[in-house]
Amino acid sequence: MAGRASLIAIALILAALFGVAFANSSSPGDFGITLLSGLFQGMLLFLVASGLSIVFGLMDVLNLAQGSYFMVGAYVAYDAQHAGGVIDLTSVLPDPNLRFIGAVLAAIAVGALLGYLLERGLLRPLYSRPIFQLVLTFGVSLVALELVKFIWTTTPYSWTELFGVRESFFELFGQRFSTYRLFVVGMGIALIVAIGLLLQRSRIGIIIRAGVEDREMVQALGINVRAVFTLVFTLGCAIAAFGGAVAAPFLGASTTLGNIFLLQAIAVVVLGGMGSYSGTAVGSVLVGLAIAVAQDTAIGTAFAALPSITPMLLLVLVLLVRPSGLFGKS
Amino acid sequence: MSSILEVRDIHTFIGQFHILEGVSVSVTTGGITVLLGRNGAGKTTTLRSIIGLTPPARGSIHFDGKPIQGRQSHNIAQLGIGYVPEHRAIFRSLSVRENLQLAERRSGDFARKADFIFDLFPDLKRLIELPGGNLSGGQQQMLAVARALVPENRLLLIDEPSEGLAPVIIEQLIAAIQRLSSQVSVLLVEQNFRVASKLAQSYVIIDEGHSVAAGAMADLVQDKALIQRYLGVA
Ligand SMILES: Nc1ncnc2c1ncn2[C@@H]1O[C@H](COP(=O)(O)OP(=O)(O)O)[C@@H](O)[C@H]1O
Ligand SMILES: [Mg+2]
Repeated sequence: MAGRASLIAIALILAALFGVAFANSSSPGDFGITLLSGLFQGMLLFLVASGLSIVFGLMDVLNLAQGSYFMVGAYVAYDAQHAGGVIDLTSVLPDPNLRFIGAVLAAIAVGALLGYLLERGLLRPLYSRPIFQLVLTFGVSLVALELVKFIWTTTPYSWTELFGVRESFFELFGQRFSTYRLFVVGMGIALIVAIGLLLQRSRIGIIIRAGVEDREMVQALGINVRAVFTLVFTLGCAIAAFGGAVAAPFLGASTTLGNIFLLQAIAVVVLGGMGSYSGTAVGSVLVGLAIAVAQDTAIGTAFAALPSITPMLLLVLVLLVRPSGLFGKS
Repeated sequence: MSSILEVRDIHTFIGQFHILEGVSVSVTTGGITVLLGRNGAGKTTTLRSIIGLTPPARGSIHFDGKPIQGRQSHNIAQLGIGYVPEHRAIFRSLSVRENLQLAERRSGDFARKADFIFDLFPDLKRLIELPGGNLSGGQQQMLAVARALVPENRLLLIDEPSEGLAPVIIEQLIAAIQRLSSQVSVLLVEQNFRVASKLAQSYVIIDEGHSVAAGAMADLVQDKALIQRYLGVA
């Protein structure tokens, strides 16, 4: 659990971010836009980072292909939503809103399937060799990238299909806010709570937390830890693909998504404290907000790179104060 | 007398190290057998070989007449073997209740056994919601033993339960193990010779990865030369 020093650090970071955001904005509405954008990015980050963090805690595997699942999710959702492409759902689901649900489900299914194959087919023989796994998952991310280029070419797709939720806005303080972003933020928060409850309350959650401490002993109690590994890994990949799918209407689908989100998610996991679920949730929100504030600050200045280096800056700052991360065990 | 566990001439490697070079152990159904031997003799590795955490490369292990060597740990445990590792390896971040629930093999195991467990270890009842890491050493050891009693186990492998505990706690543990041995067979590793001789009916001595002597505890107690030679206690 987080000690007092961590809570103070979190409060200071939030205060600093809000301070800068407030100084940047001309109106409460402006401030609100930055806040919503930050939460939106934070939730997308959480969807990549949660799998990364839980898998690392339980299995000691840093899955460098986690970002690829996000990218593949974005492509599958894009493809399924728009006419043409590999999956064409336009005739089956002519209503674009329903089709989007179909597209997200397709992305989740592909993510889960690819995650299952990676764990069962490639990772499983290498559980006693952490370095090999690192190299392997890195290799898989390269292969995934080439496959995506082969199937969908290197040209980035921007989302053109208009559907209800994606296009609707609501007004507050004289500003127009995207309902879709709010919707993703709401879903992200629901997922944070749901996964948290699963970890705290369910039998599988008890097994996961016990496995983080001592895998051998869990096994010696008669529990098939390998099967739990497969389940957790598959779920982690499915959630990352889900993240890519819900991000696509805003970010489109492009080959750079994987690496961008992998790096940011690694920053989140280390900053939150390796293997701590609460740390990952809090870290995602902090990094998401920091990126949004940096984007706002960088507009019209020479510091165009500020948003992309912000996660690492924040990470360094936190590690200077808490070397094991915000919620990490020292 | 029938034996619930028959370990015959097992050889176990850890990495490239040949740790067990021929260990045989027999546990009588309904009895307590103690594994004796100096530090580093291979007692823990013997227990870990039986439960499948360090699977033996050669030799055979029969539980209830059926061969179990080569199976995965969780399959071996599910046959009805409970493992209580050394150093009180309970889950520190899990509550006492969660530690016990985790050990269930069928849902409702804990509820069925709760009365028996709390009768044996009354302390655990009031500590039930505390994280395992907050318990004292003795309480953690009791939790580790209790955990092995949640499912229907027919054999318990208990590794140095008295290590580092105060005498009064050791007495409690002895009493508990004595009581539960009316329901399950036990293979016990115990350095404290007084505790071992109080509890066990038979013994096996392990020395440098070999089982070198075995027999009735009552005979060993008389055999000062054997004790001196392998255990270094008089
Ligand atoms: N992981 C390991 N790697 C190398 N050697 C080990 C390992 N575990 C145990 N050993 C060695 O195996 C021998 C037996 O250890 P162990 O079974 O723990 O002994 P005991 O329980 O009788 O004290 C010791 O010499 C120990 O150093
Ligand atoms: Mg030992």
